[in-house]
Amino acid sequence: MIEARGLTKNYGATTAVDGLTFDVRPGMVTGFLGPNGSGKSTTMRMIMGLDHPSAGAVTVNGRRYGELPRPLCEVGGLLEAKAIHPGRSAFNHLWCLAQTNGIPRSRVNEVIELVGLRDVARRRAGTFSLGMGQRLGMAAALLGDPSVLLFDEPVNGLDPEGIRWVRNLLKGLAAEGRTVFVSSHLMSEMALTADHLIVIGRGRLIADLPVAEFIAQSSRQFVRVRSPEADRLAAALRNAGASVLSEPDGSLAVTGLPISSIGVEAGRSGVVLHELSPQAASLEEAFMELTHDSVEYRGDLLGDPALGDPAGSIPNGAR
Amino acid sequence: MSATSPVTTAPTSQAAGTGASPGDLSVRGVLASEWTKLRSVRSTVWSLAALAVVTIGLGALVSAVTNNRWRTFSFADRLTFDPTSRSLRGVFLAQLAIGVLGILVITSEYGTGMIRSTLSAVPNRPLVLAAKAIVFGLVALVVSEAVTFVAFLVGQSLFTSPVPHATLGQPGVLRAVVGSGLYLAVLGLLALGIGSLIRHTAGAISTFVGLLLILPLLLQAFPTSVQTALGKYLPLTIIQAMIRVQPTPKAFAPWAGLALLGGYTLVVLLAAGVLFVKRDA
Repeated sequence: MIEARGLTKNYGATTAVDGLTFDVRPGMVTGFLGPNGSGKSTTMRMIMGLDHPSAGAVTVNGRRYGELPRPLCEVGGLLEAKAIHPGRSAFNHLWCLAQTNGIPRSRVNEVIELVGLRDVARRRAGTFSLGMGQRLGMAAALLGDPSVLLFDEPVNGLDPEGIRWVRNLLKGLAAEGRTVFVSSHLMSEMALTADHLIVIGRGRLIADLPVAEFIAQSSRQFVRVRSPEADRLAAALRNAGASVLSEPDGSLAVTGLPISSIGVEAGRSGVVLHELSPQAASLEEAFMELTHDSVEYRGDLLGDPALGDPAGSIPNGAR
Repeated sequence: MSATSPVTTAPTSQAAGTGASPGDLSVRGVLASEWTKLRSVRSTVWSLAALAVVTIGLGALVSAVTNNRWRTFSFADRLTFDPTSRSLRGVFLAQLAIGVLGILVITSEYGTGMIRSTLSAVPNRPLVLAAKAIVFGLVALVVSEAVTFVAFLVGQSLFTSPVPHATLGQPGVLRAVVGSGLYLAVLGLLALGIGSLIRHTAGAISTFVGLLLILPLLLQAFPTSVQTALGKYLPLTIIQAMIRVQPTPKAFAPWAGLALLGGYTLVVLLAAGVLFVKRDA
C-alpha cells in the first residue's frame, strides 16, 4: 500500500509534482500514466526516499521510506535500468545490496535464476545489453521479496519478448497480492497490464480510476459516415438533431444520433452511403485527450484548434 | 520465461542469525556491503597497485640515484643527509593514487546511478557515508602502511657503504614511516569527503589536485612572509615534514601537522554528511 498525501516537489520556480494525493492498493497492477516530464519519475523517487518532498508526504505500508526497518524487504524499486556500477558483476551488485538488509546469499542466487541471468552472473554488468540490465534491475527489486514494487518505465527499450516477460512478471506479482505500481507514458501498454490507473499531467492528478472505467469514460463514441453527397447528408442529419463534423478525408463524424437513425435519415433524403460505421477513439487517443492540456512540450499538430477544443472535437483517424 | 508465480518461496524472516537486529538495518551488514563494493571493481585494484608501484618504485629510484651520486655530495649535504626521507619520496605521487581512489568510492556511485540502489537499500545516509569512510579508510591505512614500510626497506637496502642508511630503531625513523602511511590514509578520506561534496569524478579530482598541488604554486606568488605564515597549513608541507627524520623549518611538527590534516578531513566529511542528507540523490 502506497499513500501519497498532497505530495509536492518544487525545483526552484517550477513545480514538478503538485499536490498529488492517491493510494496504490495491493493485489493489482496500478499504472502510473502521464506524458514525458509530467512528474512520474520524481514521484517515484520521493516514494523511495531519494528525493525530499517540498510539501506533503508519501508512505509505504504506513511508514515513510526512511523509517522502514529493512527497506528491501518491504519495497522493491526499479527506477532506472542502469542504477548499476558497470564494473561490478551482476552477482556482486546484488550481493552488496543484499548484505545491507541481512538477505542471505542463497536468495541472491535465487533471484539471478528467477530473471534468467545465471549464465552471466559473474560478468561485468557494463557488458550487459539493455534487456539484461533491465533483468538485473528486476532481480534487485525482487531481492527482499517485498510486498510493494515500483517500476519506472520497465519496458522502455525492451524487445517484444522482454516486454512480454515484464508484463507477465508484473501480473504475477500482483496476483500474489503485492502492490505493483508501474509508470509508463504509453496508454496501450497500460491497457494490457494495469487494472487501475493514476493519470497525472504537469505534476497534477488528472484521473484515478479502474482501467475499464477510464476507457469507457474518456473514449468518445461516434459514427463515421461516407457519402458522395456529404454536404446534403450533413444538413439533413443536423436537422434531425445530430452534431456533425467534417473530417479532412471527406467523411463525416456524427454524434448525438443512433446509428440506425442516421441510416433512416440518409434513406429519407435519398443519399447514397459508402460507409456507416460505429467508432470509438483508441486508448492512446483517449489518453492524449485527457492529458492534452497538461502536455509540457507539444508539436504544432497537437496545437490544432480542432483538437484544442475537447468539447466539440472528435479525434481524427479513429479506428 | 514463464514468470507467473515468481517469488513465492522467498525468505522474509531471516532477521535472526544474520546480525540484522529487528527494527533496524545492521551496521555490520552495511560495512560488509561497502567492502563487497570496494573489492568488486577494478578501479580499486588499479589505484592500489599504482599506489604501491609509485611509492616503492620512486623511492627505490631516488635511493639508487642518491647512492650513485654520493661522491658528488658536498660536506654540508652529507651532514644533513636523511636516508629515510629519500626512500619515502614516492609518497608525493602516492597522494594522487589514494586521492583518486577515495574520490571514486563515492563519485562512481553518482556517475553510474548506483547511489540510488545504495540509498534504496539503506535510506540512513549518514550510515552509508560513515560505512564508506570506515571501510575505505581501513583499506587505505593497511595498504599505505604496508607500502611505506616496503618502500623504506627497499630504499635502505640500496644504500651501500659509505652511504649511511637508516634503521627503524633510530629516533624519528619509525615515526616517519608509520606517519607517512597514516598521512596517505587520512588524505584518502579527505578526498572521499571532497568526492561526496562535489559528486562528479572529474570535478572532484580537479579540486583535490588543485588543493594539493596548485595551491602551493599559487602561494609562491606571495611575499615570503605570507608564504611562511600560510605554507605550513598546506597538506604538501605536512607530508614534507612527516617523511623527514629531522625537524623541518616553516612547518608544523609531524604529528601536529597530521592532526591538522585530520581536522580538515573531519570538517569536510561532516559537511559532506550534512549535504548528503539534505540533497536529493
